[in-house]
Formats: sequence, C-alpha cells, structure tokens
Amino acid sequence: MTLDAAAILSGDRRAIARGLTEIESGGPAGVTLLDAVWSKTGRARRVGVTGPPGAGKSSLVAGLVRMLRGRQERVGVICVDPTSPFTGGALLGDRHRMSREAFDDSVFVRSLATRGNLGGLSRSAPAALDLLDAAGFDSVIVETVGVGQSEVEVVATADTIVVVLSPESGDAVQAMKAGLLEVADVLCVNKADRDGADEMALALSNMLDLREGLAWRPLVVKTNALLDIAPLTDAIDAHQAWLGEDGRLGKRRRDATMQRLRWLVGDLATERLLRDAEALLEREVAAVHAGSCSVAHAAQRAVEEILA
Amino acid sequence: MSDRPIRVLIAKAGLDGHDRGAKVVAQALRDAGMEVVYTGLRQTPEMIVKAALEEDVDAVGLSLHSGAHMTIFPRVLELLHAAGLTHVLLTGGGVIPDADRATLQNGGVGQLFGPGTPTRDLAHYIEKEVARRRAAN
Repeated sequence: MTLDAAAILSGDRRAIARGLTEIESGGPAGVTLLDAVWSKTGRARRVGVTGPPGAGKSSLVAGLVRMLRGRQERVGVICVDPTSPFTGGALLGDRHRMSREAFDDSVFVRSLATRGNLGGLSRSAPAALDLLDAAGFDSVIVETVGVGQSEVEVVATADTIVVVLSPESGDAVQAMKAGLLEVADVLCVNKADRDGADEMALALSNMLDLREGLAWRPLVVKTNALLDIAPLTDAIDAHQAWLGEDGRLGKRRRDATMQRLRWLVGDLATERLLRDAEALLEREVAAVHAGSCSVAHAAQRAVEEILA
Repeated sequence: MSDRPIRVLIAKAGLDGHDRGAKVVAQALRDAGMEVVYTGLRQTPEMIVKAALEEDVDAVGLSLHSGAHMTIFPRVLELLHAAGLTHVLLTGGGVIPDADRATLQNGGVGQLFGPGTPTRDLAHYIEKEVARRRAAN
C-alpha cells in the first residue's frame, strides 16, 4: 500500500488513520510519510494532559474538546493506555469517556498502546501528534497513561502541560517531590466537589511559592470535569498567550525537539549496539557468574568491545 | 507489518445496557495479546464505524442482547463498506437465535458467538481471520 501524504494533508480521516498505524509500527514507511508532511507541521496548538490513574484526565480532555469545538476549532486527540508487559495486549479505554465528543466530523480520536515504553507515552506518540498537526487540526491534545511520579516524556510533546490531580492524590509532602509536578504549566485539581480539594490546591500553591527562578509560575485551578472546566481552559489560554510572547514558543519547541532527538538517538543506538551482541553478552554473563568481575564492569567491557 | 498487534474495537450498540459480556470479551482479547479499544455503551452504528476508521482496527466485535441484531449488524456492515473498510472483520455475539445467526453470516458478517463460548475460541477465531485478511490485502 502506498501512503497518500496528499490525502493526509487534505484531512482525509482514513488516510490519517492508516498513516498513524504506519508511524506506530516504527518502520521506514512511517518515517517517509512524516518527511513528506513535515513542512506542514508546527501550526497546531499542542496540549498535554497527564496525571495519576483515575484523576479524570479523559473526562477533562472530553471537556477541552467541547470547549474547542465551541470555538469552531478542529481537534485531534491522541490517548495513550498501557500495554501489558506479560501478554502484549492492551485495553484502550479512554475513547469510552469521550464517545460523544468523538462523534463529530471535526474531531479525530486515536488510542495508542504504550507497547513497552515506560515514560507515560508510546514511543510513537510525539510523531502521531506531528501527523495530526500536519493534517490541519487547529489543536491537538495528547493524554498520557495514568502516571506515577516520574513519567515526564509528555514535556517534549506539548506546548502546554496540564497535570491533573484529585483531592486524594496526596499531601504536601507528595507535592514537594521531584518529577511530575515540575513539568506542569497548569496544575488542575479535579473532582473539586470532594473533600480536600481546597487543601490540595493550597499545598500545591505553597510548593510553588518555594520554587525560585520560575519563568512561568504554574497556575493552580480547581475543576469538576463533568460540570465546569472553565478555570482550566482559561489557564491554558493564559499559558499559550504567555508562550506567544518574546519567542518563547519557538524556544520551547526547540528544546522539545532536542529532547526527542536525544531519546530517539538513544533508542536507535541501543538497538544497533545490541544487534548481534548476544554471544558477547553470554560470555560476560559467564564471567560474572564465575566471579571474575561485577555486572557493572562486564557492562562497560561489553560496550567497549562492541564499539571497538 | 504482519507482526503488529491485532487491534479490535468492542462496542455495545443501541440502548442495550448489558455490558458484562462485552467487558469479559474485551479483557479476554487483551489477555490474548490484542489491543482492544473499548467504546462502551449506547453506541450508534455511525459512532462505531467512525471509531473503527480512526482507530484503524482489524476487527469490530459487537455485543447484542436486545434483539436488535438483525438491524444493527447489517447496518454496521453497510457503513463499514461505505467507509472503505471492507477488510475489517465484523463479528460479535450475544443472545442471537440460530436462524438469525445463519442469515447474518450468509450476509457477510463473521462468526457470531453465543453464551457459554470459551473466550479462547473467540480469540483464536479473530487471530485466524485477521491473519487471513491481512495476507489478502
């Protein structure tokens, strides 16, 4: 099958869907396709939504889609759910939360499985966003898997990052930890009708007060995804307006590209290094178990030998 | 390309709210190594086909216990074909009389499974049928 870049650029949904499959497969056809549409990328506004499981990410994304449709925007959504490390299977259930919003010719929703990637996204998710961007969607939203504390790949994928928490997400000490909260441009305490929402929002604000040298002080908002998400959309708009000044958006995107490049080069290099290295690794395993050197030493020696 | 995971859409159509079977099947197919898009309840044929197209699935599985199978299956098949998705396997199950099952299968719907079917059979059928269809494309 030949992939029709022209059809994708004109917004043909079937062509976009097949293109996404190709990109997800990670083969050369996906790379060729991305090259063919690359000049059309960079126009869409990109929003990333992340946070722990059950915080309400999908329901908030549904709300964002409704809001953006109200502005007559065309919206693309990529939702990522985890692949089982045991069977390779996945249950992709995010679409289920936005099934009414997805049934709209100006909305395109695609679910991706992580397929072994651990950073909160699938390896192909950033490129999937690129394709939706090129296909002419005004806004593209990426929703990560339910994450813990350190899955921060989303930061290299979107212009504005929303970290969604619920009142049950923890106390002030959790809010002080490194990782997830540091990538937020907007901190959203969802399920704000529940007890503890005000305390959670306050703990987050206090944490932010102690962070010095922030160019952008993340906004803390409270929402109820089923009723009112206006505080969230206002906060995203405010961040996007800020990004629009002084060349900040361009710099942010260059930084993101550098990060993506590092990851991809790392992946490709690892693949190349390990190709045909099985016998050599077996030899190192034998050395370690014979007690002649540590695993760390064996690893260093293996890399030296492969590169030699 | 042939080793990419099988993608299946599992949906409940119409007002039938009995989603236990659909959930059991979705989980069984997940455990069989497939990527299962679960769309949940109250889907129209149009919603199902739009989802199948965007998710680029190999198969659509519908669960029907409401008696609407003679309407829903042909309609979904018609819309799949109209969308150019002739390669997509339409299968499913639920409470469907034998005579209706035969009629639907003769009309181009894949195998339909009744209550009590081991989920393993379902997974094997989808694997075999999708492999055949991928090879033919």
